[in-house]
Amino acid sequence: MDFILQPWAWYVGGPLIALSLFLYFYFGQNFGASTNFETLCTMAGAGKVSDYFKKDWKQRDFALLFVVGLIIGGFISANFLTPNQAIDVNVSTIQALSDLGFTNIANQYFPDEIFSTDALFSIKGFLILFISGVLVGFGTRYAGGCTSGHAITGLSSLQLPSLLAVIGFFIGGIIAVWFIIPLLF
Amino acid sequence: MKNIKFLVLGIFFAIVLSKSQAISWYRFYEMFRFESFHMFGIIGSAVVISAIIMQLFKSGKIKDVNGNKIVPKPKQKGVVRTLVGGTFFGLGWGISGACAAPIFVILGFKSLPALVLLIGALLGAFIYGILSKKLPH
Repeated sequence: MDFILQPWAWYVGGPLIALSLFLYFYFGQNFGASTNFETLCTMAGAGKVSDYFKKDWKQRDFALLFVVGLIIGGFISANFLTPNQAIDVNVSTIQALSDLGFTNIANQYFPDEIFSTDALFSIKGFLILFISGVLVGFGTRYAGGCTSGHAITGLSSLQLPSLLAVIGFFIGGIIAVWFIIPLLF
Repeated sequence: MKNIKFLVLGIFFAIVLSKSQAISWYRFYEMFRFESFHMFGIIGSAVVISAIIMQLFKSGKIKDVNGNKIVPKPKQKGVVRTLVGGTFFGLGWGISGACAAPIFVILGFKSLPALVLLIGALLGAFIYGILSKKLPH
């Protein structure tokens, strides 16, 4: 039990992600997460507005169950499996965040500056999360996949579009971290 | 119900992401600053092991639970869609520290902020759907 409660090293997490991919394919489906955003749009009635969403979401019941599993797994992890959320980050990372005015750095998974209730109920904080969400949802569907679908599934099956998408992910992520976050905080 | 295994797999995957800290904002912040090996180790080892698994699928040595050959769906081609779409995705990922699957996992950790991210992501997917015929791919 002690192992379960400790943070898992990269060489535990990476192989177990590969195991998840293996099981997903072994169960007869294509591994990925972001198509679910479209499926949820379809379920919410988006097909009335655009033909793009006129799909039979019941064919993706397996993926919706996977999503329900992700949510349940998140609750289990948050409440029972992560008594210690401290992240062992580099001194230079702490310094950079400290310079931006971040406090309580890396003592928990999510910084208060973005994820606290106070931040969420400020106009700026709400917009930061909401617009990030829009960018994730729009970008992943435009690119045709996310970290699971492109970076793991696509790269490992040697698909060129996935390499381009991952290059895009890093262009966006680097701009966000080096230029946008310093502007926001 | 035969698809219940996907629910169990979802729980497992969420626990793996949570325990290996691959849902933490700080882990992606340091990744995009190239100041830590952790996320590169996770994604890199996952890709290398998955590449071996893909070869076993391709050669037909491993078939799926129904005995069918496993063929990953070909990704849609297009330099603009992958690079530009990928950059949009990376911007959202870099700011919020949340990509697609973790948004659902974070609902268990930080319910309200994750709900705002999720509603935003659904709106983003909806906007793409409406514009998809007009956008360059």
